[in-house]
Amino acid sequence: MRLEPIANPSLARSFGFPAAALVATVVIASLLAALAGANPLATLGLIVKGAAGSKFAMLETLNRATPLIFTGLAIAVAFRAKLWNIGAEAQLYGGAIVTVILGTSALSGIGAAALPLIALGAMVAGALILLGPVMLKTRFGVDEVVTTLLFNFVMLLLVSYLLEGPMKDPMGMGWPKSAPLDKSLRLPRIDEGLRLHWGFGLALISATLIWFVQTRTTLGYEMRAVGLNPQAARFAGIPVNGVLVKTALLSGGLAALAGFSEVAGLKGHLSLDLSPGFGYTGIIVAMLALLHPLGVVITAIFVAGIFVGSDSMSRAAGVPTYIADMLLALALLLMVLAIGLTKFRVVRG
Amino acid sequence: MTSAHPKAQDVVLRLESITKRFGPLVANDAISLTLHRGEVIALLGENGAGKTTLMNILFGQYTADEGNVEVFGHPLPPGNPAAALAAGLGMVHQHFTLADNLSVLDNIQLGTVPLWRMGLGSKAARAKLAKLAADFGLGIDPDALVGTLAVGERQRVEILKALYRDARILILDEPTAILTPQESDALFDTLRRAVATGLSVIFISHKLHEVMALSSRVLVLRHGKLVGEVATRDTDRHALAALMVGAEVTPPSVAPQRPGPALLTLRDLSTPDVGAAPGLKSITLALRAGQITGLAGVSGNGQAALSDLISGLTTPQSGAIEMPDMPDVWSPRTVVAAGIARIPEDRHKTGSIADFSLTENAILETYAQAPFSRNGLLNWAAADAHTRHLIATNDVRCPGPSAPIRQLSGGNMQKLILGRVLEASPKIILANQPVRGLDIGAITYVHKRLLAARNAGAAVLLISEDLDEIMALSDIIHVISEGRISPEFARGTLTAAELGIWMAGIGFADAA
Amino acid sequence: MSALFDILITASFWAAAVRIASPLIFATMGELICERAGVLNLGIEGIMVIGAFSGWMAVYLGTGLWGGVAVAMLAGMLFGLLHATFTVPFGLSQHVVGLGVTLLAASTSYFAYRLILPEVTSPPKIEPFQPIEIPYLVDIPLLGPALFAQTALTYAAFAVVAVTAITLYRTPLGLAIRAAGESPQAVAAQGLSVTGLRMGAVIVGSGLMAVGGAFLTLSAFSSFFFEMVNGRGWICIALVVFGAWRPGKAMLGALLFAGFDALQIRLQQTPIGQVIPYQMFLMAPYILSILALILMSRRAQVPAALMVPFNKGER
Repeated sequence: MRLEPIANPSLARSFGFPAAALVATVVIASLLAALAGANPLATLGLIVKGAAGSKFAMLETLNRATPLIFTGLAIAVAFRAKLWNIGAEAQLYGGAIVTVILGTSALSGIGAAALPLIALGAMVAGALILLGPVMLKTRFGVDEVVTTLLFNFVMLLLVSYLLEGPMKDPMGMGWPKSAPLDKSLRLPRIDEGLRLHWGFGLALISATLIWFVQTRTTLGYEMRAVGLNPQAARFAGIPVNGVLVKTALLSGGLAALAGFSEVAGLKGHLSLDLSPGFGYTGIIVAMLALLHPLGVVITAIFVAGIFVGSDSMSRAAGVPTYIADMLLALALLLMVLAIGLTKFRVVRG
Repeated sequence: MTSAHPKAQDVVLRLESITKRFGPLVANDAISLTLHRGEVIALLGENGAGKTTLMNILFGQYTADEGNVEVFGHPLPPGNPAAALAAGLGMVHQHFTLADNLSVLDNIQLGTVPLWRMGLGSKAARAKLAKLAADFGLGIDPDALVGTLAVGERQRVEILKALYRDARILILDEPTAILTPQESDALFDTLRRAVATGLSVIFISHKLHEVMALSSRVLVLRHGKLVGEVATRDTDRHALAALMVGAEVTPPSVAPQRPGPALLTLRDLSTPDVGAAPGLKSITLALRAGQITGLAGVSGNGQAALSDLISGLTTPQSGAIEMPDMPDVWSPRTVVAAGIARIPEDRHKTGSIADFSLTENAILETYAQAPFSRNGLLNWAAADAHTRHLIATNDVRCPGPSAPIRQLSGGNMQKLILGRVLEASPKIILANQPVRGLDIGAITYVHKRLLAARNAGAAVLLISEDLDEIMALSDIIHVISEGRISPEFARGTLTAAELGIWMAGIGFADAA
Repeated sequence: MSALFDILITASFWAAAVRIASPLIFATMGELICERAGVLNLGIEGIMVIGAFSGWMAVYLGTGLWGGVAVAMLAGMLFGLLHATFTVPFGLSQHVVGLGVTLLAASTSYFAYRLILPEVTSPPKIEPFQPIEIPYLVDIPLLGPALFAQTALTYAAFAVVAVTAITLYRTPLGLAIRAAGESPQAVAAQGLSVTGLRMGAVIVGSGLMAVGGAFLTLSAFSSFFFEMVNGRGWICIALVVFGAWRPGKAMLGALLFAGFDALQIRLQQTPIGQVIPYQMFLMAPYILSILALILMSRRAQVPAALMVPFNKGER
């Protein structure tokens, strides 16, 4: 058996295989539902209803999609430069911590005008957190996969310490959480009637900006070159290490914005359950979107819908919510296979 | 070297009508050949003619679409390297198939003992290896790590691998591409000894003098077809060259011209060793305007260090680079801006980005300057226009500027790279193995461009493992060996054999 | 300082270190085998989870302890087969496939757990492996109780190290695996199947990883709970690097690491533990692993074909 590259994949092939991957995922999801003793079709129906069946549901989905757009973008940017940023979780919490610190500070005097400052502060925190592992990679050749992963655990412990100690809410009932943000430093709603905050708007703007950077700027060109062939890029004069550092700053900053958005927009404070794994789910969002920034918006909404829908379905039908995680992990694997098959043909000898 | 009339029952290998297609490309078109016991036949053809594909089919790496193979009268199961090995076929690959982290003995024993066995039986293996080494003149230390061996020694291990498995048919793919003339002679001696013990040999080459010296029969491939089969004594180099190319081949004409001033001088320059690759050892080299300076040498003797230095990737550890208008910082970007054009050794790994379009590749060195970008924003229209211009003026056959460059053939890719770097009329050109892996048409084109640049006053440094190429094109020749550079030799003053002696390291003042 | 010394001279500390090292040793050997053959297996974390879950579930449902180990190994091998199929013959990104396998294996475990035990707030306990004292050897001061009063599964861990080392360096199979991770072209030229070797290595390695996970439920904690693997898989990847891809050195790395882990647990009970918040102690293993990676960043010993897919006939 041998793989033969296909020079010009047909449109049918380029769309057919990914579509088949999604169909296969749905089929397997039905099987899992059946395993749990529920009616497969009804289960899927409940998921869809829970995700988009009412205005409340749709807004809930969009709210859940917001941090996923940020982490998805963070990972799409990093992975395109072959920078394996698995530490989006830590960068998210870094952004959240800075948001709380600045959001409960004297900045409340400036009011909403301080929000961009706080966002920037969050981004700096996230950028610095990713910068460490990237410098280790460029200086010492240490693989960033494991360093970023391990740092997630360190960060979570740091947050736990801060919430039980220096950042503990004086008004809290013993449950570890931070003091709430000043009302004036919360992200406003997009429209008074809608339960959707400006974090979503910021996410959409970020996606558009990243798309612009990637396709129209020299930095985007450099990032793509470095990701595809760092040796050729270096030979041509592209400053590879500098590009990796800039990519790290951008990626870390984006992931941190997820933390900013959740704290300043949705929750208003920091607690240990701020992120149910947004950093890891971002990987799925990014890969399903084939690392395309605008595609990330779509897949983030899709993935959020699966989670929101599964939560509501689980309450109604009793199938464990982990069906959503399984579904998405399967979607990721099948999509990677599908993309591979669009580029290669399996040939005998 | 063989009997005049080989008998039918002496046929050891028969290929019948082998056809192999890769998509629309027909790599082998109904090729048939017979090999007799004790024969040495040469498979001749330029790059891309289909020689290596044919041998890969024989050896089971590919499966033929049509045709069959018989070894010693028995059909050979296709696509099965283990069966080929068991049938007595032994292959010495062009790019060695050795594991650097393992010893010589390990590499030779790999795959020779069934995987379910508990032990390796190294004692018996050592004895067998020692005997083979003595019988065939292939001395080697069985416990040496292959990664530490020189190129010539690695080839010895490749050959011993085949002999250890009791190969009766030896296939060698471009065996002298990486050897000095003296090492080539040693190889020929080994092959003669092998034939004397009853082995039969097929060797693939594009070097005419080798084919004439070693083989008793020559098969010529062109564009996948067998276009000629002659007894060696009935032909000569010109006839073979004509068969190979399908037309008369005229060597390039190099009119002598007075060189201009030195445009780039390296003075007493040294760079550190990098692993097994030697650094430069206090070298002095001057590249003069209007002159092609050829650097001869076996690969792995410091060419990479010199090329990296001139490309701007490294800086000298000691010594100096002298250039009129020398940039303050020595980096790839500043070096290009100062007028040095670099044709990299490996157009796939270093010269281009496979998944980028032709346009994106065309601006790889210039994207940060006007007109291609301004204030960090790219001007794709200008880049596109520039690429179309390059395609037109360099005869690049391609689907269009937005096609991914990996769809291009090697020759067309090299033409685009050439066009990209020569467009700015550079004063200094570094051409590192510029025609490696190209067909005759592309080779001729590249040589013409280099000569044209030289005639127009550029200083060209030609680094090549092909001594014929160096001797044909260069005004002056240096030899590089273990990071040291010989004095310069004017065109025509030394023979290939004399250059070979320098390539082997003899003649250099003893350096540190 | 005296508190530290007091800890270090107790046999129970050293016994704890060996106990904590055991799951790490299994998983590290598993990852080492995969990487020596040329495949980075980032599914290790999830495979440890499914090993922990399936081993415990099997015992809970009635198989004996060794039956649980066997079930865990089988589960690991199945996910190893999934990983290997995607990364070896299809040559897909080992990073992405590994992360996908980790997410799938972990979520499968949690899904199945919730399916079988939907209403449980505290997970039911099973009867774990009991320590087996080896007569005479256990009486050696300090070393005796530390090394020779462990469970059968711990003894198995050390046996696995020996078997791995002997196989890698003294058998034709081990030679082929080491060659596959360095130069798959050399392997193919000698008539061996790179695909077969790499897939086999990943499947066997994943089985071992799962046994490491099963150690947590069948020996260490006696029950399964969420987040119980807690990053051990990633730490084992660091340990492979720290051990320079050699079984003996990696085992020593695991012991060293486990020693630090046992130490930080005990230090929390001492006066130092009143001053420094417990989270700082818990951070120590992860920070240590990062330091270990930095220290061993000389990449000369990395298998040269690690993460490079092999396409037959590609030139």
